Amino acid sequence: MSNNSNSFVRHEMLEERAPPVGEGGVLKWVRENLFSSVFNTIMTIIAVWVIYSITVGVAPWFLNGVWNAETTRECYEILDGVNGACFAVLQERFPQLIYGFKYPSTEYWRPNWATILLLVALAPVLFRRLPKRLLVFTVIYPFLAYWLIWGGSVLIPTVAFIGCCVGGVCYKRFSSGAFATAIILSLISAYLCWFLGGYLISWNEAFLSLKVVPSRDMGGFMLNLLLGTIAVSLSIPLGIALALGRQSNMPIIKWICVVFIEFIRGVPLITLLFVANVILAFFFPPETSIDLILRVIIMMTFFNSAYIAEVVRGGLAALPSGQYEAANSLGLDYSQSMRFIILPQALKISIPGIVNVSVGMLKDTTLVSIISMFDLVGMIRGPILSSTDWNGVYWELFGAAAAIFFVVCFTVSKYSQWLERQLETGKH
Amino acid sequence: MNTSQISRRDNFKFSMLLNDKRYRSYTFQFLALLILIFIMAYLGKNLLENLASAGLNISYSFLGEASGYDINQRLIEYNSQSTHLRAAFVGVLNTLLVAFLGCIMATVFGVTAGILRLSNNWIVAKLMMIYVEIFRNVPVLIWILIIHSVFLTILPQPKAFRGENPEASMLWDAVAFTGRGIYLPKPIFYDGSAVVIATFILSIIGVFAFRFYARQKLYSAGQLIETRWTSLAIFFIPTILVYFIMGNPIGLEYPELKGFNFKGGIYARGSLISLWFALSIYTGAFIAEVVRAGIQSVNQGQTEAASALGLRSNLVMNLVVLPQALRVIVPPLISFYLNITKNSSLALAVGYMDVTGTLGGITLNQTGRAIEAVLLLMLFYLVISLSISAIMNVYNRSIMLKER
Repeated sequence: MSNNSNSFVRHEMLEERAPPVGEGGVLKWVRENLFSSVFNTIMTIIAVWVIYSITVGVAPWFLNGVWNAETTRECYEILDGVNGACFAVLQERFPQLIYGFKYPSTEYWRPNWATILLLVALAPVLFRRLPKRLLVFTVIYPFLAYWLIWGGSVLIPTVAFIGCCVGGVCYKRFSSGAFATAIILSLISAYLCWFLGGYLISWNEAFLSLKVVPSRDMGGFMLNLLLGTIAVSLSIPLGIALALGRQSNMPIIKWICVVFIEFIRGVPLITLLFVANVILAFFFPPETSIDLILRVIIMMTFFNSAYIAEVVRGGLAALPSGQYEAANSLGLDYSQSMRFIILPQALKISIPGIVNVSVGMLKDTTLVSIISMFDLVGMIRGPILSSTDWNGVYWELFGAAAAIFFVVCFTVSKYSQWLERQLETGKH
Repeated sequence: MNTSQISRRDNFKFSMLLNDKRYRSYTFQFLALLILIFIMAYLGKNLLENLASAGLNISYSFLGEASGYDINQRLIEYNSQSTHLRAAFVGVLNTLLVAFLGCIMATVFGVTAGILRLSNNWIVAKLMMIYVEIFRNVPVLIWILIIHSVFLTILPQPKAFRGENPEASMLWDAVAFTGRGIYLPKPIFYDGSAVVIATFILSIIGVFAFRFYARQKLYSAGQLIETRWTSLAIFFIPTILVYFIMGNPIGLEYPELKGFNFKGGIYARGSLISLWFALSIYTGAFIAEVVRAGIQSVNQGQTEAASALGLRSNLVMNLVVLPQALRVIVPPLISFYLNITKNSSLALAVGYMDVTGTLGGITLNQTGRAIEAVLLLMLFYLVISLSISAIMNVYNRSIMLKER
């Protein structure tokens, strides 16, 4: 069997030789990816030139940046004719950029905690692996956040929360019977709770009270986050309802929803903000005065819900009609089939779209600066740039604003892409 | 026999309105209508009461009054004695101008970036990815403000063009880029220019007719006619000939530096330029993603099949990939055009007088007619959006997969 004696048979393998220098490692990669053709080479050279010129333009400005100064003039004195940024403004005006210029500085811990707890509250919604019990905190969060940001007695949000809980429990208890009875009963019980709670609140207004901060004192990036979060979270249920209404067989309801959605989508957000600013007050009863931030939230919620409705409608339309028929043939009524069969699938399809729309909403909250509210952009354009100390520091401030928004929006859109991959249920 | 089955209509019970499927939808619709009417009536009552207590009324007569303010960027004749209606109209034209220019430029940016993102060239693809991500994730208002301040600081002021050895010089002695805006040469039409323009239009029609003829020949007789050089000739030669025959009837008025500013020519204000550029580079980033997705949506097999049929790579792109990709690209593209139109209302931030700046800004503040002005403003945008979406629906129907 052994052919060992045959001298022409090789007994051991030769060692593998390295490929030619041009065929391996970095060189091969560079050749194939950057210089594969004349056109490609030209493109590479142009791209490298673009990167080079941007770097040459920005790097010294960035590296020479002054971080400690009191005014623009001091900045220029330190720079002494050298091209450099004046980042000192960011340091000196940091609280204004983040919290606005009226929020009491002793209370900064409150929005900070509200933001941190927001992440905690969002976690079980965003990551489905986390235990479902954490959702309890998500339900509590809005009331807690209200107390933290606006202050006042802890009793107000507590009573509101208890009322909602009682209403919810009531609905759960009676929902096995007639739907309408359950709704009416839960509304009545919740209202009773709030009514009785009113006495409790007036009995001790200072109980565990935080300093009250009126809405008009909110500002900076906090205001952007606040408007964005509230508008998005309110507009998701409204948007789903509008989408269902638009799909409905009942002509009047369908018609109302279509007109609402198309109207809102047809006008720019800025005109809706004008409405919030100058017109909406005319539609409230004469003696009430509803503050601007609430009016803006109402209009932003309407705006966002119309877009979310269109995304959800896309999701509903994407479901094969067999799903609807299957739900019907199982004998489920409309609300059951929607809750158990249709919406879970449709919402799953539309989550990336909803996230995109919501990122858009967060970006659009900067428009409130045009109706002279002092959000991040409003703070920069208003109090900071017009102050004599920091005259003419455009780039650093707008660059910082852009960076803040970029970090938040980029993270959210990356999350949405990740979620899209997670939700893919083996279609292929 | 159970008689209740037959006489069911007779013993109608009130609870059936809620519990019987046949009637329930009527109940719901009735309730919805009732609630809607109630809300409308409530809001209307509040509105009337508030207006009465503020001593206001709803009237559009302010549109006919003299506006009393000036608009620096305008396409039609306007001065401070013109009416508010005319001011609004100037604004509408400005909105349409910046939206139109923005749509063209955004498409150029978007298509370029979208195709380059799919390039084999690693560094170019990454560069485009950075462009798309940076511009998509920052609010457009911030971009408008940043780009506005870039234009203000980078471009020289008109005074830099003065003197023997100016710091800045005009491009080809015709175009001046200044911090206040861009000055372009303005065409001046003398007698006989109409003939030249007519010839030009006719030659464009001629090019299309010739191409149509060539295609007919190709399909009917299988005869391949060379089109490229012939169409170029048809496009240029008659117009140039007529231009010289008529004795140069179209001239250019160049902008000239007089005193501290440029005079003459077409003046595009810095606010228009920066708004235009910001809107297009921002929307371009979104369009790039749409273009990329559209091209990627065409199955690889389509390209391979086309190559297997012996088509060259540009024919593969033109005849096979693009027609299929366009079906995915065009609907979102049009909605981005709509977005540009709506986002152009941010002109307010840089002081460009679009319709939001005139009707929704100065007119509103001067006359105090908030409700009327904002309603008109919304109506304008609504008309634009609805007509664009109507066009889009027609287009969608025409390119829908014709399933047989």
